[in-house]
Amino acid sequence: MSVTSPALPDVLPPIRRRGRLRTLIRRNPTIAMGAALLGVVVFIAIFAPWLGTVDPTALAPAKRIRPPSEIYWFGTDMLGRDVYSRVMFGARVSLIVGFAVALLSSAIGTFIGVVSGYVRWLDSVIMRVMDGLMSIPPILLAIALMALTRGSVQNVIIAISVAETPRVARLIRGVVLSLREQPYVEAAIASGTRVPKIIWRHILPNTIAPLTVQATYICASAMITEAILSFIGAGTPPTVPSWGNIMAEGRALWQVKPYIVFFPAVFLSVTVLAVNLLGDGLRDALDPRLAKRL
Amino acid sequence: MSGGQPLLEVDGLKKHFPIRSGVLGGVSAHVYAVDGVSFDIRRGETLSLVGESGCGKSTVGKSILRLIEPTAGEVRLDGQRIDNLPAGQLRPLRRRVQVVFQDPFSSLNPRMRVRDILAEPLRNFGLATGHGETEDRVASLMDKVRLPRDAIGRFPHEFSGGQRQRIGIARALAPGADLIICDEAVSALDVSVKAQIVNLLSDLQDELGLALLFISHDLAIVEHLTHRVAVMYLGKIVELAERSTLFARSHHPYTRALLSAVPVPDPEAQRQRIILTGDVPSPINPPSGCRFHTRCPFVFDRCRVEEPLLRPVGKAGHISACHLEHAPGGEVVPQPNA
Repeated sequence: MSVTSPALPDVLPPIRRRGRLRTLIRRNPTIAMGAALLGVVVFIAIFAPWLGTVDPTALAPAKRIRPPSEIYWFGTDMLGRDVYSRVMFGARVSLIVGFAVALLSSAIGTFIGVVSGYVRWLDSVIMRVMDGLMSIPPILLAIALMALTRGSVQNVIIAISVAETPRVARLIRGVVLSLREQPYVEAAIASGTRVPKIIWRHILPNTIAPLTVQATYICASAMITEAILSFIGAGTPPTVPSWGNIMAEGRALWQVKPYIVFFPAVFLSVTVLAVNLLGDGLRDALDPRLAKRL
Repeated sequence: MSGGQPLLEVDGLKKHFPIRSGVLGGVSAHVYAVDGVSFDIRRGETLSLVGESGCGKSTVGKSILRLIEPTAGEVRLDGQRIDNLPAGQLRPLRRRVQVVFQDPFSSLNPRMRVRDILAEPLRNFGLATGHGETEDRVASLMDKVRLPRDAIGRFPHEFSGGQRQRIGIARALAPGADLIICDEAVSALDVSVKAQIVNLLSDLQDELGLALLFISHDLAIVEHLTHRVAVMYLGKIVELAERSTLFARSHHPYTRALLSAVPVPDPEAQRQRIILTGDVPSPINPPSGCRFHTRCPFVFDRCRVEEPLLRPVGKAGHISACHLEHAPGGEVVPQPNA
């Protein structure tokens, strides 16, 4: 056994070049399309005051229910408010609620999931509570929570987050349970790494991929839930235009003046579609089993 | 191998995994994964632990590392018990026993660069302070496992399987361990890469005086680097001997069956093959008497009722758990009841 092993005979494979924008679009057309559509909606939400809009809450009783025209691009509603301006400003509520719920429920859900996956004796207690929350449809739970408080964007975000958190907690718990059995985690334990550092350096970074995908779906679902809450009058107050309450106000007239409902509905659908496309694309790009295919 | 106190002593190690079932999670049965295993390893020695998959050999390794808590038995490092130390007192001792896993793909965190993977044990044990010193230590570890120094900025997926296994070995060397547990460390590699890694391990052993616990199912690989071999079957050691003794004059029928399954690179070679029938019995409900009696070609009445204990056979240090007595010609004769 005195044979000296030869110097490294196998050569290091070349480093893969970083993809450019064009390759990104070619490889992941769904991500590109979803991101582009979402980009347009984000642009609208940010720059709403400069997109030829007027005050979305300004009443003009003389100019009620005008059909779409050069002056009122999407027409006016039964109080004479400009539907185009209301739809543009409404994008803000949808996006803020969607992103905030995705962030909040991801953060809380990840914390609960990690605790549940690591502290075994707490696991069954936490997971039964999560099961209980999940057994109530998220919309009903959000309506019930909104009934306890007054309508505001902040309360809508909290109510929908409570309803969506169990999904994240379940996902992260599963990922943590499988990651903590990984040989690299065991090697880290054998290398004397303490539990908080193992969670921070070895577990959490590897939950980002599934969490990102889940967060996009939650974002889309939260936008729809927000619209439903506003539609039934349990969401944002009527003074804040949101796609849900524009549709709710147009509902009574939808057979004679369908455009009041039509425009916010189209924007809501396109935005949800954009977020879902992004989520599907990310799932394909981040899932190692699917990523191998060319 | 000279005498003196062994580096690692394992005494009557047991690991029984409870099987929980029902709503309340009551324990309905146990998996007797490891059921009374004893051996020792001296400094600079290689002991191989061989056996079929599911025989408990990896569980032995993980119990020594305290990645799982043993059910019973003692593990002593330099005479000090480590199987019952609380986590806080165990941590400094972890420096001395390290591990290299089978799968070179899942044993390195895909999101960490090689530099950080190798620096982690150094920082944990306070072996390098400051950026410069850490870099120096990491670079010298790369030299030890014969990887280029400039590869430390890369991620694990940019390496081949053999190269990743070298990184795994470098991580095990980082804290200056006395004992490295190689859990099927070369089983997932191609034949040529396997030889490189085996040679690297034995070079490192000569250079650093490492003791190795080499867990493997492959006797052909074991023959090239081990000093002693322990053969496991269903959670127990059935035979333990010096390498040359085991390969030339094995005693236990199970060892003989394993040896006869090792391929010989000579198409003309004539030899007696022992083909075992059936599967390994379940470790949940191991057979009575000798655990191997259900598959042993030489089984007789005594084997079914009385469990054979490890007893010295042949040369010094050769122990085997079998009721059979071997005649010099290699034939076997039943040993009468004691």
